[in-house]
Amino acid sequence: MIARETIINLVLAVILLAVPLIAMAFGEPFYVTLSTRVAILALAAVGLNIALGLGGLVSFGHAAFFGIGGYAAGILATHAFNAEPMLFGFEGTTSMPWIWLIALTVCGLVALPIGAISLRTSGVYFIMITLAFAQMIYYFAISWPAYGGEDGLSLSVRNSFPLINTAKPLPFFLICYALLLLAMGLFALIRGSRFGAALQTARQNDTRLAAVGIAPFNIRLIAFIISAMVTGLAGALFADLNRFASPSMLSWHMSGELIVLIILGGKGRLFGPLAGAMLYVLFEYTLGGITERWQFFLGLILLGVVLFARGGLLGLLAGKARHG
Amino acid sequence: MSTALLIEQLLNGLQLGVMLFLMAAGLTLIFGVMGLINLAHGSLYMIGAFACAVVASATGSFWLGLIASLAAAAAAGAIMEVVVIRRLYDRDHLDQVLATFALILIFSEGSRWIFGSFPLYLDIPPLLQGAVSLPGGGQYQLYRLAIIAVGVAVALGLYLLISRTRLGMRIRAGESDREMIAALGIDIQTLYTIVFALGAALAGLAGALVGALQSVQVGMGEPVLILAFVVIVIGGIGSIKGALIGAILVGLIDTMGRFLLPKTLALILPAAQAGMVGGALASMLIYIVMALILAFRPRGLFAA
Amino acid sequence: MVEPILEIRELRKSFGALKATDGVSLDLRPGEIHALIGPNGAGKSTLIHQISGSIRQDSGTIRFLGEDMAGLGMPERARRGLGRSFQISSLAPEFSALRNVMLAVQARQGSSLRFFRPVMADKSLTEPAMAMLERVGLAKRANLPAAELSHGERRQLEIAIALALGSKAFLFDEPMAGMGPEGSKVLTGFLDGLRHEAPILLVEHDMDAVFALADRISVLVYGRIIASGTVDDIRNDPEVRRAYLGEAA
Repeated sequence: MIARETIINLVLAVILLAVPLIAMAFGEPFYVTLSTRVAILALAAVGLNIALGLGGLVSFGHAAFFGIGGYAAGILATHAFNAEPMLFGFEGTTSMPWIWLIALTVCGLVALPIGAISLRTSGVYFIMITLAFAQMIYYFAISWPAYGGEDGLSLSVRNSFPLINTAKPLPFFLICYALLLLAMGLFALIRGSRFGAALQTARQNDTRLAAVGIAPFNIRLIAFIISAMVTGLAGALFADLNRFASPSMLSWHMSGELIVLIILGGKGRLFGPLAGAMLYVLFEYTLGGITERWQFFLGLILLGVVLFARGGLLGLLAGKARHG
Repeated sequence: MSTALLIEQLLNGLQLGVMLFLMAAGLTLIFGVMGLINLAHGSLYMIGAFACAVVASATGSFWLGLIASLAAAAAAGAIMEVVVIRRLYDRDHLDQVLATFALILIFSEGSRWIFGSFPLYLDIPPLLQGAVSLPGGGQYQLYRLAIIAVGVAVALGLYLLISRTRLGMRIRAGESDREMIAALGIDIQTLYTIVFALGAALAGLAGALVGALQSVQVGMGEPVLILAFVVIVIGGIGSIKGALIGAILVGLIDTMGRFLLPKTLALILPAAQAGMVGGALASMLIYIVMALILAFRPRGLFAA
Repeated sequence: MVEPILEIRELRKSFGALKATDGVSLDLRPGEIHALIGPNGAGKSTLIHQISGSIRQDSGTIRFLGEDMAGLGMPERARRGLGRSFQISSLAPEFSALRNVMLAVQARQGSSLRFFRPVMADKSLTEPAMAMLERVGLAKRANLPAAELSHGERRQLEIAIALALGSKAFLFDEPMAGMGPEGSKVLTGFLDGLRHEAPILLVEHDMDAVFALADRISVLVYGRIIASGTVDDIRNDPEVRRAYLGEAA
């Protein structure tokens, strides 16, 4: 028998693919853009879920990596577009694979010192320190005028991908969708792997992990870095979706939203981020259509979920999470 | 660079520090006693500012506004505690973060609903308008000095409250041993509500005082909240003394960094670049200091 | 004389004014069970914590297999073969008993940085882990989450983990605590055989078990060892009777 959660997961994956296909058939590209937004936010949250869901690391600063990914896309494309060489004579690029690679690398390199310092602490300290580091990067972005400062950085055209016309909504959606599935696959592999076993033990009981001879710090740091990289990749896509790298991608509201996505969907679950992102964008779209003050109601809903429905959407639909 | 300018900047730093202390004291008290991380503390600051602005413009009296800010923030805090926060004491920090994040959305959008997106303005009361002369020439706003004085008075008052009064004794007991205090027959729920309302009133006071220096608008509490987090992380969460020293440190470092870094860099860089690099560095400075402190003392300077 | 596996010299640790460990010296030789007894608050757990590396001593040395442990944390000491069980069970509560032991097997193989291969399909992890569960008599409960095991079963699971680590010495902190008489008897028999695999430093309140098992006993009172010797030495030591057994008798 297939577990109920597996069926729900499949349904969610199919819905996300079906909506843009149907929308294109009816000539409604807006819904393709909306679905792309879901896929990218879900990807960012899958990244955070590696740290938060598997490792129990409540990073309140993942917007830093989301934003760095976005700025990587923006800065590289701007240099290539204006034919202004950057460091070491590198000319920038408008090729998505290159941008992704650079976004992943930069996020990993930034996550290393942030993680190394933050992970010396735990609990509330960890939450506040990750928040503070993200703010540091946010303030840097808005006070450094070279790349737009407070105004952000516009991309003149969406970056390119070999053989695919990314300017059209549907192909770009499919790229994002494919990367989301890839990241969820990575999440599932990590969760079931030796590293995942150590990481999940670090969340449940780090003394136990240390007592078998595995240093929790190292495991957490690696998880934090992987998590940051995946979220950074999502940031690069987000900048391409909006053709704009905005300082708001680095803001602490963004960090909060990423956590909200995970919790709305269901913490530590493979499809939690996707379920959460679908729900979130659905709220944003439907409530936002009714009232300008939709975040007020989002606040009420979120409060209700935290106080009364702790398993999130998947918790309601599929019951308690199980562990092997 | 003149001495007067330097003194002025030092006083500005002190004033920022004092204001941060008003915020951080409540946060750290609430964490120390209830073990709760409250992101919505910045909303209480905003509520204080709005209450002051609205009452002051209706009555023409800043002082009535100030009283209103204390009352409104304390009441909002008490209601918040009874309706929502109380359910979060036994939850993990993640749930606390999320629930209080939800409260921010509710308070911010709610205020925007009521007051609109345009900022309100609050005048400095006539009594405190004007300036005083500084040694070495130059003038300094009397109102800012008054804020510093209020901060010092609050710090002193908190010290006396916690070390000398029955309420303070209970707060200290609550910090060290929650079960003990319940066993002694102290009504812990009421104690928690009082502590929360006290922290809220301090935040509201800070909001009202700063409201007269800046504009009063939705979202004004958030940058301050994050600075207050930096303060209590540096000072050691749960420690009022840490909050005071951390707040002054952050206030001075931030202000002096913005003042001195561009000037210092101008000695080695062209003026335009010095301004840019210096400005960017200054905006990151307190976070860098925080990272350095935590690298050596992961639980802050005065860990409880 | 046989080289001791574990050698502790003049260990001291204070918490403020309280001298939790006040110049303790003791050793653990191959093939023996060395019991550490003493009244509550004597500093037994503090001592175990220092040996395993979760608390750092103020002064004194701990040598394990001839190597000074100074500066090594708990993970490094565990990797060198110091296996411990905890006074209050310390397990990954959401994981099954089997996965708890598999983690130890994985740690012993030194290979936690593998990100892709599913552990549940990895026979090099599941088989040794299952074998350890069988040895401690938990095979039938292998798939239950640790949180759902009984108190005694969790103790057995901790021992299975220490076994799976291939430990060269065991530090067991009150393994019998909370077990029924039947469980204690089974565990006593099991520990009796285990000493030939690796010596055991055993902190235990169950005096029947201690007298049945121990080759040597050291008595810790207020952070000092007031007597050390064979079971008979200890039974007849007047100071021990006064300081410790006197209370119980």
